[in-house]
Amino acid sequence: MYRYDVVDQTLVNERVAQYRDQLRRFLAGELPEDEFRPLRLQNGLYIQKHAPMLRVAIPYGLLSAHQLRMLASIARRYDRGYGHFTTRQNIQYNWPRLEDTADILADLASVEMHAIQTSGNCVRNISSDEFAGVAPDEIVDPRPLAEILRQWSTFHPEFAYLPRKFKIAVNGAAEDRAATAFHDIGLTVVRDANGDIGVQVLAGGGMGRTPVVGVVIREFLPWPHVLTYVEAILRVYNRYGRRDNLYKARIKILVKALGAATFAQQVDAEWASIKDGPGTLTREEFDRVSAWFTDPPYAVLDDDDAAHAERLREHAGFARWVGRSVRGHRIAGYRSVVLSLKKTGVAPGDATAGQMDHVADWAERFGFGEIRVSHEQNLILPDVPVRELYALWQEAKAVGLATPNIGLLTDVITCPGGDFCSLANAKSLPIAAAIQERFDDLDYLHDIGEINLNISGCMNSCGHHHVGHIGILGVDKDGDEWYQVSIGGADGSALGGGRSAIGKVIGPSFKADDMPDVVQQLIDAYVEWRHPGERFADTVHRLGVPPFKARVYGERRSASKHAAQTVAVGE
Amino acid sequence: MSRLIRNGQVTVDTWQLIRNVDAPVSPDGAVILPLASWVTDPVSRLQRLATGVWLAPDDDPAVLAPWLGALPLIAIDFPKFTDGRGYSSAFLLRNRLGFRGELRAVGDVLVDQIWYLARVGFNAFALRADQDVQAALAQLAVFSERYQGSTDQPVPAFRRRERQWPDGVRTAVAP
Repeated sequence: MYRYDVVDQTLVNERVAQYRDQLRRFLAGELPEDEFRPLRLQNGLYIQKHAPMLRVAIPYGLLSAHQLRMLASIARRYDRGYGHFTTRQNIQYNWPRLEDTADILADLASVEMHAIQTSGNCVRNISSDEFAGVAPDEIVDPRPLAEILRQWSTFHPEFAYLPRKFKIAVNGAAEDRAATAFHDIGLTVVRDANGDIGVQVLAGGGMGRTPVVGVVIREFLPWPHVLTYVEAILRVYNRYGRRDNLYKARIKILVKALGAATFAQQVDAEWASIKDGPGTLTREEFDRVSAWFTDPPYAVLDDDDAAHAERLREHAGFARWVGRSVRGHRIAGYRSVVLSLKKTGVAPGDATAGQMDHVADWAERFGFGEIRVSHEQNLILPDVPVRELYALWQEAKAVGLATPNIGLLTDVITCPGGDFCSLANAKSLPIAAAIQERFDDLDYLHDIGEINLNISGCMNSCGHHHVGHIGILGVDKDGDEWYQVSIGGADGSALGGGRSAIGKVIGPSFKADDMPDVVQQLIDAYVEWRHPGERFADTVHRLGVPPFKARVYGERRSASKHAAQTVAVGE
Repeated sequence: MSRLIRNGQVTVDTWQLIRNVDAPVSPDGAVILPLASWVTDPVSRLQRLATGVWLAPDDDPAVLAPWLGALPLIAIDFPKFTDGRGYSSAFLLRNRLGFRGELRAVGDVLVDQIWYLARVGFNAFALRADQDVQAALAQLAVFSERYQGSTDQPVPAFRRRERQWPDGVRTAVAP
């Protein structure tokens, strides 16, 4: 993985010093809150309900064991012994003290990490495919480009005060595992007919209050032009994006207002002046960064392992875990393993310091010292030999990281919600917990099959509810917490048939207590109507929303009629 | 307007920023006019060569193209420091339109934005009255490197890495 050179390290160290001085001035009353806010946000620091929240960048979801141990150490030393992995491949600490934040950033800098631009109206952490470099369906490794974009966007002087936040995702595989259609810019690294590398550029996607599927504004951009082209997009957005209304300030609104073709023309006009200029990427730089992402020293292994095969036969639990958590690998004899952070009773995405230390140890013992974070809020060991899977499973099971639910209903994507977040309209964690409890039977869960259930506590949609096959959104109605349900969303990944779609709301919202029943009704209808082997998302795609809506609301009407009659009889 | 930083020095400012053209103006001082009055008032503009112009965030700097060679000063107003349009205006003036005169940030100009302002091409900063001038000067050197090109250093770090840091390249620094 990428390692800092003196330039990278110097910049991060100088940033810590700059922030330490800003924090000192704020605490001394020399810097008003309004003026400190954008500064702290661009260093990852929110002021939340109970305490500050610090969001640390995990660029394109890639961590070393050494870095993960530091994240564990920070959780112990400055927080309450755990951290929350987010849908943008970051980690958040919910309980640091404001006074400690500069020291935390200094600790991060000591392991080549930072919290730069993880919030604020600037270019955020670059996200990518959690299986980059190891996935069998990879066309081009997206990590070099993601790192080059990380450096380009870090402290970009012109784009630190954009109309609104700006998110870029890079994917390089046949399957879109980076939700590229739901980012301000989505880049797909591809090869053209000559085998030359370039990117397809999507713009104007996003979730939030106005969910939009991004549109292609350039089919094939040769890789040397990526930085200047992205600069052109940002300049057009910085100049013409709306600043009069917070809810209409994202680039998607500008792209919609202009139309994709006109927007693309404006970008091209801007790009014409900088194309082929000094911002053009060089072969030397591409090679320099790519050299950090070469293969680790894989052993030559058989893809089949007799002992492994026997254990699969002997241990139903192991076989079930392998079926859900173990993914194919580009190299024979190796697999990628998804460690579930979705155990029932634990907030989705949360990991304790002890668990992080275990994962770091396994990454070194079973792999090459690397860990990935997925936007589904799980951790991944990318390079595990097949013959080690059983040993890993036993250890992971012992510390609660082997729940065999990856891709299933209880592998819920959730934001921290109203329990922590000051933006939230409603709690999301108790809803996730109630649904996980309802669907706790593993046989049943496996019978339901692959499905994304995503929960957001407010319109900002950090829990990606718009692209959930079932999406749940917390809304505020006269001070009460209600939940709106949508179905038919899809984030572009294989689980949703490769579609990128925004879910449709099925009807009026529900109270928290009703949510497990509502999900149950949707699942029951699906189980009844599915074709053999058909996933939930595909059944919804085939039948449309109305029958599901009729099922949920029809049952509720007859249930309440029944309740009314019962009451009448009782009286 | 005495609290001006120009070319890295604290200096006494002789310019008068005219926000309201209807208000009385002292007749002999150099003035900075709003774009609208500057463009629509060619007589005073030609008579007073020392006249400067200031741009609001949504003013297009390209309209100044015909006069850039003669203009001694362009100011860009930041009504709120969080409105970042002025950064792109400055970049375009310096790089696209070739303006070489004084480019001054006015309005809500704060210590903690100085580094970015200087990078995109501002060489003068009329700090808001409550700002610490010495702290602002220190911010001009808060970082020793820049990843991406802009006005102050058009060549991005990746094109300079091999030359400037032959020992640092491909050498990881932490354990």
